Amino acid sequence: MKPAPFAYHRPTTLAEALETLAGESYAKVLAGGQSLVPLLSMRIAAPHALVDINAIPGLDTIEVSEAGVRVGALVRHADLLAHPDVRRVQPLVPEALAHVAHATIRNRGTTVGSIVHADAAAEMPVVLSLLGGSVEAASTAGTRTIPAGDLFLGPLESALRPDEIATSAFFPALPAGAGVAFEEISRRQGDYALAGVAVVVHGESVRAGFVSVSDVPTVVDLTGVPDDELGEAALAHLDPAEDIHATADYRAQLVRTLVRRVVTKAREAAA
Amino acid sequence: MSEELHRIRLSVNGVTREVELPARRLLSDALRHDLGLTGTHVGCEHGVCGACTVLVDGRPVRACLMFAVSAVDTEITTVEGLTREDGSLGPVQQAFAECHGLQCGFCTPGFLTTVTACLRENPHPSHDEAREMVAGNLCRCTGYQNIVKAVERAAELADPQHDDQHDDQHDDQQSDAPVEVQP
Repeated sequence: MKPAPFAYHRPTTLAEALETLAGESYAKVLAGGQSLVPLLSMRIAAPHALVDINAIPGLDTIEVSEAGVRVGALVRHADLLAHPDVRRVQPLVPEALAHVAHATIRNRGTTVGSIVHADAAAEMPVVLSLLGGSVEAASTAGTRTIPAGDLFLGPLESALRPDEIATSAFFPALPAGAGVAFEEISRRQGDYALAGVAVVVHGESVRAGFVSVSDVPTVVDLTGVPDDELGEAALAHLDPAEDIHATADYRAQLVRTLVRRVVTKAREAAA
Repeated sequence: MSEELHRIRLSVNGVTREVELPARRLLSDALRHDLGLTGTHVGCEHGVCGACTVLVDGRPVRACLMFAVSAVDTEITTVEGLTREDGSLGPVQQAFAECHGLQCGFCTPGFLTTVTACLRENPHPSHDEAREMVAGNLCRCTGYQNIVKAVERAAELADPQHDDQHDDQHDDQQSDAPVEVQP
């Protein structure tokens, strides 16, 4: 199918983009479009206008510091994955990015766009939550920082207001002595995961983020849980759904298997 | 109901063309219908199959997940742009023909563009890397064995060091490949 008609705006400054967005009754921001365009083509969404931010300079920068990694709104997954310094500061980011769709999708799709799309089946919203990152949002009223803990409200629903543009996301650095790991199971490499787990281990602390097993990106604190109880402890906070690809029981079993495996890998990485 | 049209310039295969189209025109449709470049195929139209893959500024991108109006200021290469200047087949096209990397041919343009770009980034892929290169493209004739062979053969053909004396690494994987015919 084809998208319904919409008004198209291609601003060349952020200020112009924000004014345009504020003046439209139902507009969406277009960056990579790898999630948005399928929704438009299937007419699941039919906004009156698109504000294409691809011509705005300065939004495609990656800043790596000892504090963490700040990713601009136009940074493509592929460029973040290929950045030589990101792995040193926060290795979970490239670990997870390698599982984001296929390389061709990563060439166009943006990490910030994926986060504010707020799909619980996507990797980067969970990673941002697990790491305690944040998103910087701008509107004509000013800018604000939205902590990941406040960002994900429901399926495909973020706390971003209709007149706001997410200008960057921040992934805090991994503390010394901590370890991370990420694994997921999908029917075909690069497809949405049936279930995925990201883990950060730091001293006694064990925290895990879960992909595709709840309505919203979910992080569970598993500190102090014995290894053979990790799965059940995690499932107490998750609500695996049944769909055409997997039963709820099968998803639960993937959680049990993956969480133990990924916690072990994260411990090894920390050692 | 009349829809607003946008007059834009698209640079495709080194030629700049002016088109007038609605904002909702997908790049895949603009290439086929507005520019007559029907080599780019349209399969699933939601980014899964990869048949519509073109190169945007040298990188493989799904043309069905981009609006044509968004592609201004970029250099687009379609499968038509992979042919050599004298009209003969480029190395990836040649390899797919030699190794029977196409059956019905519907998915082929997406494979050719994807593999061309991937070999530029990684000219000597391992067998696993060659498989990874084509993992995002669907072939419903199930021709993947020969497609992976074609990727490895294309790497040989594109290699300036390559001559008829194959090196050992390629011999292991390509023992049944036809010998290259130099023009």
